[in-house]
Amino acid sequence: MKRYHRLAFALALAVVLCGAGAAVAQEADAPPRQRWSFWGPFGLYDQAQLQRGFKIYQEVCANCHSLNLLSFRNLADPGGPNFTEAQAASIAATFQVQDGPNDQGKMFKRPGKISDLFPPPFANEQAARAALGGKLPPDMSTLAKARSYEWGFPWFILDAFTMYQEAGPDYIHAILTGYTDAPAGFAIPPGGQYNKYFPGHAIGMPKPLSDGQVEYTDGTPTTVDQYARDVSAFLMWAAEPTLDARKRLGFQVIVFLIVFTGLLYFTKKRVWHAILHEPELEKPRAPTGYQV
Amino acid sequence: MMSGESIYQPQSAFMKWLERRLPIASLVHSSFIAYPTPRNLNYWWTFGGILTFMLGVQIVTGIVLSMHYVPHVDFAFNSVEGIMRDVNYGWLLRYIHATGASFFFVAVYMHIARGMYYGSYKEPREVLWILGVILFLLMIITGFMGYVLPWGQMSFWAATVITNLFSAIPLVGSPIVTWLWGGFAVGGPTLNRFYSLHYLLPFVIVGVVGLHIWALHMVGQNNPTGVEPKSDKDIVAFTPYATVKDAFFVGVFCIVFAVFVFYIPNYLLSPDNFIPANPEQTPTHIVPEWYYLPFYAILRGIPNKLLGVTALATSIIVLAFMPWLDTSRVRSASYRPLYRQFLFIFFATVIGLGYLGSQEPTGGYVIAARILTVYYFAFFFVILPLLGLFEKTRPLPNSISESVLQHGVPAGAPAPGVHA
Repeated sequence: MKRYHRLAFALALAVVLCGAGAAVAQEADAPPRQRWSFWGPFGLYDQAQLQRGFKIYQEVCANCHSLNLLSFRNLADPGGPNFTEAQAASIAATFQVQDGPNDQGKMFKRPGKISDLFPPPFANEQAARAALGGKLPPDMSTLAKARSYEWGFPWFILDAFTMYQEAGPDYIHAILTGYTDAPAGFAIPPGGQYNKYFPGHAIGMPKPLSDGQVEYTDGTPTTVDQYARDVSAFLMWAAEPTLDARKRLGFQVIVFLIVFTGLLYFTKKRVWHAILHEPELEKPRAPTGYQV
Repeated sequence: MMSGESIYQPQSAFMKWLERRLPIASLVHSSFIAYPTPRNLNYWWTFGGILTFMLGVQIVTGIVLSMHYVPHVDFAFNSVEGIMRDVNYGWLLRYIHATGASFFFVAVYMHIARGMYYGSYKEPREVLWILGVILFLLMIITGFMGYVLPWGQMSFWAATVITNLFSAIPLVGSPIVTWLWGGFAVGGPTLNRFYSLHYLLPFVIVGVVGLHIWALHMVGQNNPTGVEPKSDKDIVAFTPYATVKDAFFVGVFCIVFAVFVFYIPNYLLSPDNFIPANPEQTPTHIVPEWYYLPFYAILRGIPNKLLGVTALATSIIVLAFMPWLDTSRVRSASYRPLYRQFLFIFFATVIGLGYLGSQEPTGGYVIAARILTVYYFAFFFVILPLLGLFEKTRPLPNSISESVLQHGVPAGAPAPGVHA
């Protein structure tokens, strides 16, 4: 009978291996996996990094990319960039927000308030396409969770055990650092750029970051790699703003469940002891004298 | 003997008064306290309790989520994000509900696998088994409709692909699809009716679960030996023995569940579903949730659409016919050496089909999916009927207590001494 076991195993293995072989034939390069402060069960956001990342969003990305689901107040939320409310309000005031209609029935612009959503850079999709040669920059609110990379087998199994949830920021970091010269013979369509990590390699977005472009006041190196790292972390927070609260509560819940389940295990052992070890007590163990 | 004669004696004056008017206390007592269960049930028998627990979790979280969700094509995506961002503990409710769907299916697959291994579908449990298949079907439909509600790219395109399957039906296919959509494409009316049905069907499931448990309590539980309890020595009372064992394993299940909810909640979600639905842009690769992948692989492996859809439907409905396709009189695979091996290959086949369903349907994948599909159906239509005629089974124990106390340990039963 052992050989049937082996047959079943071999069959499953064959299926899996032929899958793995084909999975290797990916078109774009695999994004290198970065170290993130929010990695793993205890990893939380690095507030200083989120503040730097926000600076890059504000000075670079926000020229084309909206952040529709976030409000300025979110910048002061716990587990976020941790600006004070006053700082968040003054950031809001630097934006012009459309409001109205007023008493005369007119829409008007006013400085942003902390309760406002981040205003989009373009009034609508058509305006964006008209300004950017037909291209539409995606909204960045959920971008870090909407982008990923398929590493294929066995990674999709291993990733559950290593609790890898950072494919999005890894991908964004790779794209931002992946602008290289096109290999000989690669025809880039007009208006496109070569990016070794972008599926199909021809990306519409021009290289957005260069060394020294954004000023950091805390001595962090002002390199493209560092910028990419910081803005990717910021976008991860934008997509998953409750990560810190989730992991903190998760630890408490899991500790409780382990203790509680442990107690249930010993209760179960105690209750079943007589059944398993004292066969002379061979009676149905229906409870008697049941009280309501 | 298994009917669970009520031995309930009301003690207080109020309970005596109530018992004469509505004997609900004695019903609960006979169903969940005095109800006799085989003494040799292993942990595979706890998944029924786990499924009941998960159904409760899904209903409770779902009711709260529905208070904040907006079933409209323009607001659905943002309302789900609003739940994640602005509702107090909304992220927790939503991750429990989304991950809970996956864990519901984990539990149901374990439950079905246990039934197949120990022959729980055989006489006199056919109706119990068929009710189970109906529950599985209802879960599939409910899960699919729930997946559409966040109205991301994968929600929209999964709805499009799956509802389009009905267009394979000759003559009436196309009108049926239009009727399902409430229009000429997946859109607002589709979302609204899916929301309505996604709220309704769980309560239909509750009703069928009631029938499932009723049928179970008529015929009693199967057990790892597949030999019916013959005397009081073979059984223990449901409470405390089964309750405490179920509670312990619900705890174990919850630990794994909590790891997914709190640490890797996006592991089982498709990145494409964080992009709002866009009818003008097809995702490069449309895949259903992992729990539908084996059936999806069967569908795609067959080049003819009608045949593919028929195979897909058959692959699920065939389960309901297992009591009659299996001609063996021996229930438990522990005493059926050949069935056991073929069954393990069947389980590997389902996992293999699941993997193939997640990959693009090209070249070797399609061929592999076809080979595994052939085995999938051969298992039900060839192997099961023939094995009963030719298989030489191992001798069965005379009783459960004999198998536990004298012949050592049947497969899966708690080993004496291990718990010391």
